Amino acid sequence: MNRSRRLKLQVFRVVVLVVMATFFLVPIGAMFEFSTRSTTFDAPRTLESWTTIVTYPALVAAIVASLELAAITSVGMLLLLLPTMIWVRLRLPRLNRIIEFLCLLPLTIPAIVLVVGLFPVYLWMANNISDSILTLSFAYVILVLPYAYRALDAGLSAINVKTLSEAARSLGAGWPTVIWRVIAPNMSGALLNASLLSVALVLGEFTFANLLGYVNIQVQINQLGQANAGVSIAVSVASLMFAFVLLMVLSFVGAARQALRSKPRATDPRLEAVWGQKA
Amino acid sequence: MAIQATATGDPVVETARRPREGGRRFPLHWLGAVPFIGYAALFLLLPTGIVVVGAFTSNDGGLTLSNFSALNRQYILNSFATSLALSALSAVVGAVLGAAFAYAVATGNPRGALRRIVSSACGVLAQFGGVTLAFAFIATIGGAGFITLWLRSHGIDPYAKGLWIYELPGLVLVYTYFQIPLMVLVFLPALDGVKPQWREATESLGGTTWHYWRYVAGPLLLPAFLGATLLLFANSFSAYATAAALVSQGDIIVPIAIANLLNSETGLANPGLAKALAFGMIVIVAVVMFLYAVLQRRTARWLG
Amino acid sequence: MAATAPATRAGVEVRLENLQRSYVGVSALNGLSLTLAPGELVALLGPSGCGKTTAMRLVAGLEEADGGRVVIGGADVTNLPASKRDVGMVFQAYSLFPHMTAWQNVAFGLQMRKVGQDERRRRAHEMLDIVGLGGFADRYAHQLSGGQQQRVALARALAINPKILLLDEPLSALDARVRARLRDEIRRIQLEVGITTLFVTHDQEEALAIADRVGVMNKGRLEQLAPPTEVYSRPATPFVAEFVGLTNRLAGVVRGGEVEVRGARLPLVQTGAADGPATALVRPETVSMTADDEASAGPLVGTVIATSFLGATSRVTVDLGDATVLAQLTTADATTMPPGTRVRLTLRPDAVLIARDEAAAVEA
Repeated sequence: MNRSRRLKLQVFRVVVLVVMATFFLVPIGAMFEFSTRSTTFDAPRTLESWTTIVTYPALVAAIVASLELAAITSVGMLLLLLPTMIWVRLRLPRLNRIIEFLCLLPLTIPAIVLVVGLFPVYLWMANNISDSILTLSFAYVILVLPYAYRALDAGLSAINVKTLSEAARSLGAGWPTVIWRVIAPNMSGALLNASLLSVALVLGEFTFANLLGYVNIQVQINQLGQANAGVSIAVSVASLMFAFVLLMVLSFVGAARQALRSKPRATDPRLEAVWGQKA
Repeated sequence: MAIQATATGDPVVETARRPREGGRRFPLHWLGAVPFIGYAALFLLLPTGIVVVGAFTSNDGGLTLSNFSALNRQYILNSFATSLALSALSAVVGAVLGAAFAYAVATGNPRGALRRIVSSACGVLAQFGGVTLAFAFIATIGGAGFITLWLRSHGIDPYAKGLWIYELPGLVLVYTYFQIPLMVLVFLPALDGVKPQWREATESLGGTTWHYWRYVAGPLLLPAFLGATLLLFANSFSAYATAAALVSQGDIIVPIAIANLLNSETGLANPGLAKALAFGMIVIVAVVMFLYAVLQRRTARWLG
Repeated sequence: MAATAPATRAGVEVRLENLQRSYVGVSALNGLSLTLAPGELVALLGPSGCGKTTAMRLVAGLEEADGGRVVIGGADVTNLPASKRDVGMVFQAYSLFPHMTAWQNVAFGLQMRKVGQDERRRRAHEMLDIVGLGGFADRYAHQLSGGQQQRVALARALAINPKILLLDEPLSALDARVRARLRDEIRRIQLEVGITTLFVTHDQEEALAIADRVGVMNKGRLEQLAPPTEVYSRPATPFVAEFVGLTNRLAGVVRGGEVEVRGARLPLVQTGAADGPATALVRPETVSMTADDEASAGPLVGTVIATSFLGATSRVTVDLGDATVLAQLTTADATTMPPGTRVRLTLRPDAVLIARDEAAAVEA
């Protein structure tokens, strides 16, 4: 490459990177700025918005509900998906395509469309089973399916499931033992990935909760925004930072793992969005 | 050998004996897939079916196309037009800027810190939407936003011609925030697939930088670029939360129109029409994703 | 600067003069000078990182030299960009444009030269015929085997009538059978076209088989430039001796212009070597042996411990107690001396190269 072209390229790169960094960092900085404004004009900066979070019981309740939903969804997703994926690999390889299709389907069906279809289902559930906000977990498991599937699929591809399970069974282990004591520990990274992704997605979820009439953290922030923008932005920043740390950790863990093994190629790039450096 | 030592009736033994026993016994192992498929049927396929069937069902349960005849109401047409315009604009803007960003990253050290940070951050930001994103932009360029105040203090009023942040231009700007990172993630692998030999071969065959882009890199990257743009289109066409948090009134885009038709408090509830709109969305997204898959296959062959 | 081309050859002379190139302080080329006679094929041979690829890229204009000149056919092209040098280049692999068919790839350079469509197509098909792919003109790269892709790449490089052909390890991504066949094919076409050619490789067998002269490179320098037989039989340096072909390292003593190795006296390649201990580099094919069950102990008596079958010849490893020696024999001979046989070795008195201890470090 000749020198003048290299120079032009460097100038282009610096300009683009600076513009992009500005575009992406300024709104986040602006949230911090906004959340530390004083309620009275021209007063010094204050953490009032942050400290008053706890004085809103509805907000605290919504935060707790969202955390519970995140936990239930993660566990439920693992209980449903992991045994199925292992079983399909071992005994039902013909079902592999169908399971993959079902898992990736939620990516192509807009969330709002699913809500329209889930509306009568939830109406029925509220009348006949329970109207607790925690029933949202049922829908959330579907929501996180594509992302969790990819994470678990990557983990399972990296270990020899068949040999491991045959070895364990020849030593007298039953199927539950094989799944939870032999295979799962060997793919702890993938399990962590799938769980953290689920947590992050659930904490940021708004569409389902809002339209099905439940108040989770995002719905609460939105309502509060009309009354006290400072507090709701403070909570937004907090939840954003939480998700950010979660996903950054995951992204770097993923990168480190990837250096050790061959990478699976995601079929839908939106999935790569989650792992970042894949492919 | 050790397998034979385990109890009879054991599934592993069954596998080992399959050639002898044939498929006569009822295949119990199929039961293993039942919980998952049942769950997916109940919470994924059933809702989708409800939408599809409901779109063609009248309020009294009969088969009808009347839900679709309501689609030509002006406000519905407007929301479809806005949705398509928003998706197209944010997809094109996101694709162009994201491609430039991806190129700036791809021309750096593939194992360097910049690349790792950008791809990790894009992984996060592409998922970043909804209420938090709306608030971030309100805090930045809303009526009392950071940049708005700063501009006003310098005698510039960004909203002299109306509060555009709550309208189409504002939505395009806000959507760009998650479209650019998605573009980077989708387009970076395609750029990585462009081999340096192609540039060197072009040069040694007498081609200039212009020739390289016009005849080699451009045509090679075009399917990847168009495919990514379609993906971005589907992505913003499906998005609801960000717009809902930013724009609280009206039926500005289709997802919000659907939400308003579901909400009984407004007195406008019309489940049949909501399903017809939802069906329309499914059709549009399905077509877009199909085209995307076609282009993606070509990209995989050229740049895989 | 007058060209001394043999009448039968159409190529031009290419000179590399004192080329220098370093990357962030690390020197990749350290004053390389090399002249290719018109129509000559020179192979640059060396381990990775020896500077051979850098040398080729400087000739192609894909990189800029820190110092020195490149002269092609009497014209100094040092400051010309790659696109103006009239250089045909074949890369290691994957250099075909995947969105173009074979003939479109071949015609690309002509398109850059604004040759008309019909003429481009005619010439592309002609070139594909020359490389034996006349029937594959409309295939895309992914529809061609690795060897076929490299043939198309060769046709593409030759289609522009370049002044010099540069081949950058063009066979290294292919499997062994295809590699040998395509190697001979490249040589045939090169002789047919009569183009001056620089061939870069790390495979000594390839270099010896294809080249008029082989340049062995190490650490940015040319260690020896000579015809293949000379590089093999009279290596100029211990590095060349060890890089080209297998070599036994046997301790010996230099005395009076000869080296004495385990009781055998061998002439030296280096004249005027000082007396004293040294390591002699002995080729396996200069070692012969006879079975000798009653052999009393001696410096060249040992036991066969392994035999590897290479086809017509076999390589036999003999344990001499304090050293092991590789010998290359005909397979017929080797089968009469299976592992466990006591043997007596003979060293053929070919000129050998010696390495002093400090030079022996080259091996690393």
